[in-house]
Formats: sequence, C-alpha cells, structure tokens
Amino acid sequence: MKTMNYNVNAKGFYGDFGGAFIPEMLKPNVDELRENYLKITAQKDFQKDFDDLLKDYVGRPTPLYFSKRLSEKYQTQIYLKREDLCHTGAHKINNTIGQILLAQRLGKKRIIAETGAGQHGVATATVCALMGMPCVIYMGAIDIKRQAPNVARMKMLGAKVVPAESGSKTLKDATNEAIRDWINHPEDTHYIIGSVVGPHPFPDMVARFQSVISQEVKTQVKAQSRKEKPDYIMACVGGGSNAAGIYYDFLNDKDVKIIAVEAAGKGVSTGESAATSQLGKQGIIHGSKTLLMQSDDGQITEPYSISAGLDYPGIGPMHAHLYASKRSEFISITDDEAMQAGWQLSQLEGIIPAIETAHAFAVFEHRQFQPDDVVVVNLSGRGDKDLQTYMDYFKL
Amino acid sequence: MNRITSKLKESKKLLSIYFTAGFPKLEDTVEIIKRLQDAGVDMVEIGLPYSDPLADGPTIQQSSTKALKNGMSTRKLFEQIKDIRDHIDIPLIIMGYFNPMLQYGVRQFCHDVSEIGIDGLIMPDLPYDYWLEYHKKDYDDFNLKHIQLITPQTSEERIKNIDQQSKDAFIYMVSSSSTTGSQSGFAEEQLNYFDKIASYNLDSPQIVGFGIKDNITFHQATKHAKGAIIGSAFIKALENKGVNGIEDFVKSIRA
Ligand SMILES: Cc1ncc(COP(=O)(O)O)c(C=O)c1O
Repeated sequence: MKTMNYNVNAKGFYGDFGGAFIPEMLKPNVDELRENYLKITAQKDFQKDFDDLLKDYVGRPTPLYFSKRLSEKYQTQIYLKREDLCHTGAHKINNTIGQILLAQRLGKKRIIAETGAGQHGVATATVCALMGMPCVIYMGAIDIKRQAPNVARMKMLGAKVVPAESGSKTLKDATNEAIRDWINHPEDTHYIIGSVVGPHPFPDMVARFQSVISQEVKTQVKAQSRKEKPDYIMACVGGGSNAAGIYYDFLNDKDVKIIAVEAAGKGVSTGESAATSQLGKQGIIHGSKTLLMQSDDGQITEPYSISAGLDYPGIGPMHAHLYASKRSEFISITDDEAMQAGWQLSQLEGIIPAIETAHAFAVFEHRQFQPDDVVVVNLSGRGDKDLQTYMDYFKL
Repeated sequence: MNRITSKLKESKKLLSIYFTAGFPKLEDTVEIIKRLQDAGVDMVEIGLPYSDPLADGPTIQQSSTKALKNGMSTRKLFEQIKDIRDHIDIPLIIMGYFNPMLQYGVRQFCHDVSEIGIDGLIMPDLPYDYWLEYHKKDYDDFNLKHIQLITPQTSEERIKNIDQQSKDAFIYMVSSSSTTGSQSGFAEEQLNYFDKIASYNLDSPQIVGFGIKDNITFHQATKHAKGAIIGSAFIKALENKGVNGIEDFVKSIRA
C-alpha cells in the first residue's frame, strides 16, 4: 500500500491542495516568509521565547480533562482539551504568539490581520500590545455590528479596527482587505493570518504553531488514560487551525482516527450552510487551492452558520487533503444541534463553550463510540463572546 | 500573427483600456469595445468580474460586484462577444482571476476565447511558474499570450526570465507595489523604477499599468515604456458619463 504523507511538500501542497496562487505583487512578502519561517522557528532563542510565552503568558499546558458526566451519558471515554483556558479564551493565541515572534525576527514594524468573530482579532491585538507593535485589524462591516464586545476589546488593546466594506462584508472580504493591505505595504508589514488558510507557507506555519496542542495531548493521554494514545481526536473546522493543531502529531498514525466537524448551518441542503466538504468544489480562495463553496461560474459564495468563526467558504488545504484521502471523517452539525450541545456541556460540566466548539460536542448525538474508546475533543474556546447569541436563542 | 504581436510593432505609444464587463449595465460590453476602438484606443482589456478580486482597489471591486449583480458570468461574456471580430480588429485581452477559469476548465477556456478571437489573458493570481509548468501548452496551442505582471519588487533575474517568455507579447509593468487605482500621480520612486527597467534593455516591450489616470501620468509612464493601461480612471469616467463620455475620455489622455 502506498503510504500517505499528510504534511506539506516542498512546493506547499498537501496532495492536490495548497500552493500559493498569488498575484505577483504579493510574491516578495510570501517568498520572504517561505524562505525564513522554518529557519527562524528552528532557532533556539525563538523556541525559548515561544515556549516561555506559551507557558507564562498563555497559560500552557492547558489541561486534558476527563469529562465524567458526558462519558457516562454517551458510554465512552471523553476527554476535553481545554484550549478555552488559554489567555483570551481560545486556541487562536498559540498562533499569534508564534507569528509575532517571527515578524519581529523578520524586522517587521507593523501587523495586520483579518477577523470574523473577533477571536483572532483579539488574539492578534493582544500580542501586538504585548510587543508594542501597531496593529490594524480588518473585519467585515456586518461582523463589526454582530460582534460589538470583541470590537471593543480590540480597541482597548490598542488595535485599529477597519471595516471591510467590499463584497459580502464578512470574513472572506476582511481577508481580501488584509491581503490588499499587505500588497500595498510590501516591506514593513507582517500579515498574521488567523487559520490554516491562505498561500503557502501560511497553512503549514499556522499548523506548526498550533501543533503544541497535539504534543500536549500525546503525553497527557498516556499519563491520564488507560490507553497509549487516543482512539479518536475530534475538532470543529472553520478554516481548520484548532483541528490542525490537535491532529498534527497524530496525522501519520492510522491508529488514531480523526473527525472534523463542520457547520451545517440550517442544514446542508438549505442554501444556508457552511459545510464546505459537502458543498464545496476544488478551487482557489485566498491564494490556496482547496475545497470551497462557489457558484458554477467560480464565484465564491457566502456561507452561513450561527457561529461567526465557522462561516468561512473554504477549508485549509490540509483538511481538503484529509477529506479527499479519507484520512479524516467529516460530520456536519446544524445550528440547533450545536446550540443544544453547548447548553448540555454547560449544564453537565460547568463549561460554557464557544458556539464553534459546541459543534464538536453535538457529534455524540450522531455517532456511537465503543465504551473503552478514548475520544479527545478539542474544546477550542470559551463561550463568553457568544453570550448574546445564547441569550437570544434560549431566551435567557 | 497574434494581434498583440503586430500591434506592438507599430511605432506609436500604445493606449490600452481596461473595463469590467457587465458594468455599468450588463449589455454594455460590445458597445464599450466599439467606442474604444472608434476613439483610437490601441488595445482593450475586458475584465471578467470576480467576487474576490485580490489585486484590485475599490473602484474595480465595486464595478465587479455590480457587474456580477447585473448577471455577468464567463458564459454570458463569451456569448456577448462571440461575433466581436465582425467589427473589431484591435487586440483584445481578457483580464480575470484564475478560479473562474479553473471552473470553466483551463483548456476549454483557452479554446473558447481563441475561437472568439481573444489574443491574450491576464490572470494576476495564476503564478508565472505555475503557468509555465502546467498551462503554457494550453495557451500556446490556441495562440494565446500570457501577460505576466512585474512590480518594483520583482528581481532582475526573474524579470529577465519573464522577458524570455514575453518577447512577442509584452510585460505588464505594475507601476508600484499596490492594488489597482491606489496612487495619486507618480512619485520620484516610480519614475526611477521606470528608468531602471528601461536600463535593462529587455527584448519584450513593456506596458505600464496601475495609477495611470490622465494625460500627465500617461506620458510619464510611456517615456520609456511602449504603452500604458488605464483601468480605474476609465471606470470612474464610465460611471459618471456613461458610454457617451468614452470618446472625450480617450481624447483627454492622448492630448
Ligand atoms: C473558539 C473557536 N473555535 C474554532 C474556530 C474556528 O477556526 P479554526 O477552524 O481555524 O480553528 C474559531 C474561530 O474564530 C474560534 O473562535
């Protein structure tokens, strides 16, 4: 049998997916990053700074928590990887710490980023405040209205929040605006992309920074469960960074099965969905060849999900490859199922999850696991940012 | 011979105009091309609108959004211009983004535009090296020119490499590191860049684009280069004056 490699190749491809489909204007920036990211991140002082900040500032390692009551309910062994306990409330900061350290070593003076729900924007604004670097966050004009508390947090952290007024005025357009800003600032600016998306080397670089999650899970499962390694690893997928992070060290170990959870919105066939693997076709978005939701004419369409962090019309190229090669099982979860799962986790375990994260927990209603299976769920973020949505939904 | 190749042999400086197909109105496409030819424009770039035009500034973005709302699509455009060669003999280039071409099928796209009489393609996010490796043959088989962009950041070595592939077409020289329509006139820095490229004595003619908006910038851009491309400024004029303003716009540039 042919052995599969799930990591990126030298040209930036995962199987058929990935690459750098960028205009010539972006080439100097992307080349500079590609030529330097592995070199810089391999340096001792980089690794020390990264590890120290993750430990003392972010609060790593995050616990692996055995969820007794969920395990009883679903008759399997459920462990929660508590990324919700990271500073700023989600896994996003693992990546922004890594990228800002890299940006400093590249001599960059200014940081830009895109954000949808505002979690990545907050994580970027946070590290910029920490390092004293000017920060510009692009956010869809519609999302700015929907996510007022996170906009306020970014401002309080010293970031300038610029509304993206083009196209559909949401995450994909904010990403376009950030890329355009980068084109217009080819020398002094680093673009901290928020997920495992965009042109090579971004997907690989972000996956590496997030891979700290799977490194920890590996030792924690060995120490805390009766198994040597997990049977299942499960995560929600927007762009795919929390998923890539928790899969990373297990990708080439077939004993560990992986499950990706997408947002079905109101239902995969309702026209209001973000289930990219089900609805997408191969194409190019934000410089990457991957699966994306688009019209027959090749125009990118606007996805829908109740969670702003999952309504991205593409998925990272690594995930497209995991899907196409069947390494990963994909399950889509509707708004209602996710909201119920979020409610249940709050009531059973005293943890209010981000709505993105809640999608992963709804899988237990769909899929049976063996009683002795060790199932690790990435609890990618806490639900504070989503209180308004929970309040409206449950009439709290 | 490809129409671009023969046009570039003419001794004058060339004026090329970009417009977004389907803007301001869906059915304006053929009328705009005719009027541009009548007004003495040397070459036309027909913009195939895209939902996510990364390399474009606000003017072209907005015209693209409007054009798509109006109902423009790849197939619609090809239908509109299928008989274009009955009236038009200046070179025609399609400028768009790679994803719609990919969905249409790259080879099929090349075949169909060549049947229509299109002479070349500008696809900013189809990288040069990827094109060379995977799609050069598709272009060559249908006598289509790939027009490659260079910027002030492009290395001399890469420019010389691109030069070898662009001899019977032209190199699209982006005036500064920016999206379309971003500048207000050329600064010292850009003029120096124009001089620098001229000093390389490239085999391929160069046509400058991005930031050309009037008679002054046209003459600055074409001091050394073979021609210049106007996009955003033309779209603004179309928006304000409609197709009836085309002749005056072109005159004002040439003046
Ligand atoms: C808590 C949380 N989980 C998941 C996501 C989805 O992103 P990704 O798929 O990159 O992990 C987001 C994005 O905002 C998020 O805030």
